Order: sequence, then structure tokens, then C-alpha cells
Amino acid sequence: MTETARLPEVEVSLTVNGERVTRRIEPRMTLVDFLRLELELTGSHVGCEHGVCGACTVRVDDEIVRGCLMFAVQADGTNVVTIEGLADGGSEDDLLEAFRERNAVQCGFCTPGMVMTASDLLARYPSASRDEIREFLSGNYCRCTGYQAIVDAIEKVSQSRAGGGR
Amino acid sequence: MSDQVSDQGGLTIHDRPNSYIGRGVPRPNARRLIHGRGTFTDDIKLPRMVHVAYVRSPFAHADILSIDTSAAEAAPGVVAVVTGAEFAKRITPWEGVLTHLQGMRSPPQYPLAVDRARWQGEPVVAVVAETRAQAEDAIELVQIDWKELPAATDMMRAMDADAPVIHPEYGNNLCWERNVDVGDVDAAYASAAAVVEDSFVFSRHTGVTLEPRVIVADYNAGEEKLTVYHATQGPHMIHAILSKHLDLPEHCVRIVCKDVGGAFGIKVHTYGDEIGAAVLSVMLKRPVKFAADRLESFTSDIHARDHRIEGKMAVDKDGRITALEIDDITGIGPYSMYPRSSGIELNQVLNLAGGSYDIGSYRARGRVVFQNKPLMCQYRAVGHPIATMLTEALVEKAAQASGIDVLEFRQRNLMADDDYPRNTVSGVPLEKLSHHAALAKLTGMIDYDGLRKDQAASREKGVYRGIGFASMIEVTSPSPAFYGVGGAPISAQDGTTVRLDAKGNVIVSSSVTEQGQGAESMLAQIAATAVGVDMANVRIITGDTEMTPYGGGTWASRGTGIAGEATVRAGRALREQVLEVAGIMLQSDAGSLDIRAGKIVDADTGNERMDLAEVGRVVYYRGDTLPKDYQAELVATRHYVPKAYPFAFTNGIHCCHLEVDTDTGIVKILGYWVVEDCGTVINPLLVDDQVRGGVVQGIGGALYEECIYSPEGQLLNGNLADYLVPMAFEMPDIEVGHVSTPTADSELGAKGAGEAGTAGAPAAITNAINDALMPLNARLTINPMTPERILNAIGKV
Repeated sequence: MTETARLPEVEVSLTVNGERVTRRIEPRMTLVDFLRLELELTGSHVGCEHGVCGACTVRVDDEIVRGCLMFAVQADGTNVVTIEGLADGGSEDDLLEAFRERNAVQCGFCTPGMVMTASDLLARYPSASRDEIREFLSGNYCRCTGYQAIVDAIEKVSQSRAGGGR
Repeated sequence: MSDQVSDQGGLTIHDRPNSYIGRGVPRPNARRLIHGRGTFTDDIKLPRMVHVAYVRSPFAHADILSIDTSAAEAAPGVVAVVTGAEFAKRITPWEGVLTHLQGMRSPPQYPLAVDRARWQGEPVVAVVAETRAQAEDAIELVQIDWKELPAATDMMRAMDADAPVIHPEYGNNLCWERNVDVGDVDAAYASAAAVVEDSFVFSRHTGVTLEPRVIVADYNAGEEKLTVYHATQGPHMIHAILSKHLDLPEHCVRIVCKDVGGAFGIKVHTYGDEIGAAVLSVMLKRPVKFAADRLESFTSDIHARDHRIEGKMAVDKDGRITALEIDDITGIGPYSMYPRSSGIELNQVLNLAGGSYDIGSYRARGRVVFQNKPLMCQYRAVGHPIATMLTEALVEKAAQASGIDVLEFRQRNLMADDDYPRNTVSGVPLEKLSHHAALAKLTGMIDYDGLRKDQAASREKGVYRGIGFASMIEVTSPSPAFYGVGGAPISAQDGTTVRLDAKGNVIVSSSVTEQGQGAESMLAQIAATAVGVDMANVRIITGDTEMTPYGGGTWASRGTGIAGEATVRAGRALREQVLEVAGIMLQSDAGSLDIRAGKIVDADTGNERMDLAEVGRVVYYRGDTLPKDYQAELVATRHYVPKAYPFAFTNGIHCCHLEVDTDTGIVKILGYWVVEDCGTVINPLLVDDQVRGGVVQGIGGALYEECIYSPEGQLLNGNLADYLVPMAFEMPDIEVGHVSTPTADSELGAKGAGEAGTAGAPAAITNAINDALMPLNARLTINPMTPERILNAIGKV
């Protein structure tokens, strides 16, 4: 049993989508499993579990991270925002609506991670070109759309925010 | 739009006022997916639910000498440990054979290996625990004594006399062979002005749905009923299979399909690990979840392609194709997949090769062989990319041998647009296609002369750019000729039920499913149009075998052509029912009334007479006010199955413009254009993005994707870092144009559009790369065309 012996549970406390949460968990639990299994925030998805696909992208403090590459205990004391928090927050409604209008979503499995990444992109590089948008999205895998609709949607929001159309 | 009058009376779906047909409206189910409020099967958590993880074979071919489960059984949280031999007592095996593929053979298969494992990744022992993590911990404690056997992994050697025979009772590794011989190929060679040949290699790749396969099986012993939440493309198919093999009456099984995170043909098969979860749920009388991880996806999802083909084409002195000959061998793993079989892709290659062209003679041999690798089966555009690439590569080679431009050569040889109905050279009936109109449309979208001038000028500077084309045909909306005639429990018909609720909203339930294509939008647009309401007042229900009519589901680009037509008919039937009641209430002739934007109106003037909600109120709450001898009905179900043609073929043409970096071997796509003819377009936004997404999947197969195996049958790149998929940065913007040739087989006239992009892209890219590299005397006929293979072809490595 030595190789599967587990460390004792530890307590983590953090803020998720504005709510203070405290849980006792195994130290090996990833942040995305914590969000999905402990908090039942199932909008963050598990696609590859090795940091390539981006489906589990969430915001931790000021950075977007892969929920599968961070242990939940590492998020102790942080402020986490998931797709549910972003969607309910109201500040990204134009982005969400642009995804809907342009059909920048097919199966929807990558979409929460795409939206989290797009939100970060628009905050950091408000006037990104199409090539720059594509480069920023290069850590988020989408099997359905071919990416063009997603780039279109983000570009539209970028232009509309620049033009004061927000 | 159309002056055709339907035989049901009244005008057709194309004459409806306020029509949603042809409008790029947003999908009604998009917002919840964007907001993270979808319900994917792995999001489902049921009371007393446990999790299964599988011990999988580490060898491609090995005997199981003994299994010791005692340590695993004692591990924390473990509920049960079940071996393949125990599964075999609780379920009948399946055989992946279709009877119309004559001579095909495949032995009985159980959900888990029983005494011998035949591919690396085959499930061997199930461990059920309270959490997934506990189950994974415990699988490491299962002790298995293995005796490794020689593996037959190379399909080119699978038929050699000294090859290990995977199923000794068969004597060799042949699963199925098909031969076609039409016209006189040898005479065509004898009189040819030129004969061109190529050897093609199509490597194994796989679907890589972002959501791995997942199932939650919930057997309720009190009800003796199995409810299964399943990410599937064919709920009724898996319903029939579970009923049959678990020996449960059909009405005691229910399949619920919530949101599906991509499918592409991956999620419509009989996987032992999924069936195993259902067996375990019956055994344990509690819900059992199985969710594949990424490595399990790579080693147990179906793989696709893996064909080696010798191709040969003859042209006469006028530049007309006179013969096509192919010899195709494909490796399918150790079993033919149940119930679709693993022979269909090769069958499609033989049916579709040369399928756009007027060719006098055709000879083909196809062999399907067993090997010790994961099962191969139908993945997006089944057979099309292979048939299209071998044909189009030979077409461009033949054009060059004839000294004719590749577009001019196609104009000489493509089937004439006014020469339908007719058959392909392989004998498949075609209703009506538009190759020449599509080619003309494409040449209007690209600046062909400009691209050629740029190519010449670039070459002067040592920059290698190429232009490649691919004409293609596409199988959509298959009739029972595809699977049903071969004995598979796969429905070719679909049904839609449309009912009016008490407030005048329209509730639609349909047997097709949604995996992102927009099936629910298609259904809502058609139902809203056929009944006469706003889309906002339509609710769509799919993915529940207890709540929807019986039907095939969503695969082979069949949803719009088949379920769409059923919805046209059901919607019209409900409209007629509503107008009958409204006529009584308003003391008017029902034929003088119509429903528009949710109101009963005078058909002639459009004047509003009554709200639909008033019809609902009277029928549901105040039936006493209607005539005594009259019973209103506000629900209608209609089904549709294509009968006139085995398939609703579509056609299209692709053009790819790219640059090859001859120092790195990296390909940059500079431009990509597609013209597609899928008949009536319901939602252009969705159709164009089906084509774009399909092209990008085709780019993956052409440039990046390959399941790389060692000679011993070990997968060497089973993760998303080493198995490359198309990502946003490398992908081009893709321009999509349309020609519309509606099928006369249905009132709607729609054909499918899901395969076209994937079908044509590898051919267009291969031709463009070979066009770019022509001055270097390099030619690639292997997919994927990785940087290493490109540098190899030009002699740099």
C-alpha cells in the first residue's frame, strides 16, 4: 500500500465567484476537481488533465490558470472566478453575447475555457489583431468550430469596446 | 421560393410567411453552453453513485495466465473488482458483422478481455470504488500474470504466412475482401496516352473529442429498469444493444443523452468499458459512472483511416480519364466494431473513388485485415478523405502528364451537371450534383491567375507556394441501405413530435441528437416555420429514448435531411389541427385561416383573429365549449425515411493556397476556399461553420495527426502534447460559398453538410504541397505530411 498511501486531508479556504468556501480535501486534488466535485461548479471541464487543452481554464487572482495543473491547496487564500462567476458577473455580457450571435460555440465543451481566455485576452490586449487573437487562443483546443467563429466573436467585441460600443 | 404544392394540401415549407429557413439565427441552446450551464454526462451525480476504472492490457497481444484481485478488493473505498471472465457470465457477446458486406467475419467479443488481450489498452479488470481516485488507486493493486505473444501490428504484413494469427480459428487475419470490376480497365491502359500511379499512405488517427467518452448507468432493481446517461450519437441504437446483450426488455431500458462534448463518429459504437458500466450497475444495483481519461481515449476510442493504397489512372489523348484502379488494404484492430462494422470505411473508399468524374472503367480490390491495435471504425467523413485524396492526387498528376491545367482537366472530366440521375463508376446512384457550377463558383471566389503569377514570382525568390484543388462527393442522409439491410439495430428513419402547450408555445421532441452541429436550432427553425410561431416560443427535446420518437440519431450528416423533413411534416400537421379548432371557435373555414407569429390570422389579409394561447386555453381547459362530437388534438408525430435513393449525395470543391518552408518543412496555409452544395440551407451560419470545422479536422489529418505505434503495438504518443491537433494559431480563415441543388426526394430539399470539409481538405492540401514542391521534384502521398516527411521528400534529411 505504500505507493498509494495518501496524505491526510487538509483544510483550504478561498473565495470562489465571490463566495467564501472552506473544505477539507486530499492534498492531491486538483483545482478543477475541487471546483467540479466539491463545489459542483461543473462549467469548468476536464479535457486532457495535462495542461494542453484549456477546457479547465479559470481565473485565480489576476491570472488565468489550468485548473488541472494547480492543486486546490495551492489556491488557498486566493480569489477564484469560474465561468459561472464570469457569466453571472455582468461585466463580460458583450463577450458572451458575441459568442452566441456568431455561433462561436458548437458542442460547448471548450467554450467555458475559451470564454475565460478571451476575457483575459481582451483585458490585456484590447486591440489585438486576428493573428494575435489566434496566438493567444493557441492553448485552448476546439475540435468543432475550426476557431474562425471564435476569432470573429472576440474581434467584434474588441472593436466594439474600442469604439465605445460597450 | 418554390411553386411546388405539396400533396398534403397547401403550400410547402418554402412558402411559409415569416420563414426561418435560410436564416442565420443564433442557436436556442447556445447560451447555456456559453455560460457554463450545460449538462455534460460527467456533470451528472446520482445518489449512491460509484465510479469504475479499468485495468487495461499493457501489451498488444498477451495471454492472461492469472489475476489476483485480493489487494485491490481490500483498498480504501473499493466496492467491487470484476474480471473479464465474470463479465462474460453476465452478458452475451457481440459480433461486428454486417450481413450485406458479404463474407465479412469477426469473432464474438466481450466487454473485457477474457483470457487473452488483443490490443494495448483493452480493458481487462474493472475496479469500482466510491470515488474515481480510489478506483484508480486500486487498479494498481490488481496483479495479473501475463504471457506476451507476438503481435500482428503492421497491416501490410498481417496477411503474411508467418504473421501471428489473431483469431486462430480463421487461419489468417482477413476480415473481409471486396472486389469491383467495371468496364475494361486493361483496354483503357492499352490505349492510354498516359498512365499515372501513386502509392498512398493514410496513417491512423483518431477523433480526439474534447469531452472523453462517458456513461452513467443506473439500474433500479425495484423497477427492474436500466436508465443510462450516455454521451452518444445514437440513443436508440445503444438502447437496443444494451437491451439485447444484458437481456433486459426494451421497454425496461432508457437512454438519456444530455450535452455531448463533440462526437464526430467516435460516440456511436459499442465500447466494452461503457457496456461494462451498465453490467456493473445491474450487478451492484446502484449507479455506476465511467469517464475515460485522455490516455484511455487514445487507446480505446475508435481509430480511423490506416489505409495503404496503390492507385493508377489512365487518360486518353484528349485528356479524358479512361480508367481508375485501386488496391486498398486497411488494418482495423483485432475485431470489427459492433454494430456498424469496421468494413464500412473501406467500402466507402471503393464506392467513392473517382466518384466526381465520368470514367469508363474501374477496378478495385479492398482488404480489411485484423491487427493488434485499437479497433478502427467510422469517424467523420468515413472513407471520403481517402477516396478523395487518391482520386484528386491522381487527377492532378494525370493533368500534368497530359499538359493540361488542373482546372481545365477537371472541367473536361467532371460529370456534366445536366447528366443526372446517373451512377458513379462504382455503381452508386446519384440524384443530382453540380460539379461544374461549384467549380465556376469557386473560380469566382479565388483569383486563380493571380495565385499562379504569385507562385511563379515567389519561386524566383526561393519561396515555394502551391495551389491545390479537390472536387468531392459526400454521402449524407443514408437510407436503410447503409446499416439496416445488414442486420444492425440502426434506424435510418427519424421522428418528430410537435405539440401545442396551453399558452400557445410549441414543444418539439425529436429522435436526432445534438453534439454541437446545431440540430436543435435546425429543428426549432423548421418547427417554428411550419407551425407559424416565433422561435422564442419553441422548446426542443432531444436525447431521451423514453420521451422522443424512435430514430437513428445524429451521424452521417442525416439530422437535417431526415429529421428536418419529419419536422416539416409534423409541424404542418399540428398547424392543421390548430386551424381546425380555430375554425370551429371562429366559425370560419379552417382553410381560410393561417398561423403567423403565434396568432391565428385570415390567410388572405393577415388580419389577426385570435391568439394561439386562446386555442390552448379552450382546448385544454374549456373543451365543454367545443361541439359535443368533436375532439381536438394538438399533438402530431411524423416520421421520415429516405426511399428514392440510398444516399442523398452532395458535392463540393476545395482550394488550398499554401507555402512550404523548405528549411523547416513547416506548411503555412495562406488561403482556403470551399464551395459546398448541400441543397436547401436551413441556417447558413451553422452550415458554414460545419464546413469550416470539417476543413480544420481535415487539416489535422493532412498535416498533424497520427497515432504512432511501436512495432510491438505500443502507442508512443497517447497524450495531447505529443499527438498534435489543429490549434487556433496555425489555422486559416476559410471562405465558404454555396451552390444549391435541393433534393427532390423531400419537401425540405436539404442534404447534409457535416462531412464535406473533412472529405476534401486532405486532398486539396496534398495537391497544394505537391504543387509547391514540383520544382524540387518532390512528391508526398502520405498523410500526415509532417515537417520531417516534407524535408525527407525534398532530400533535406
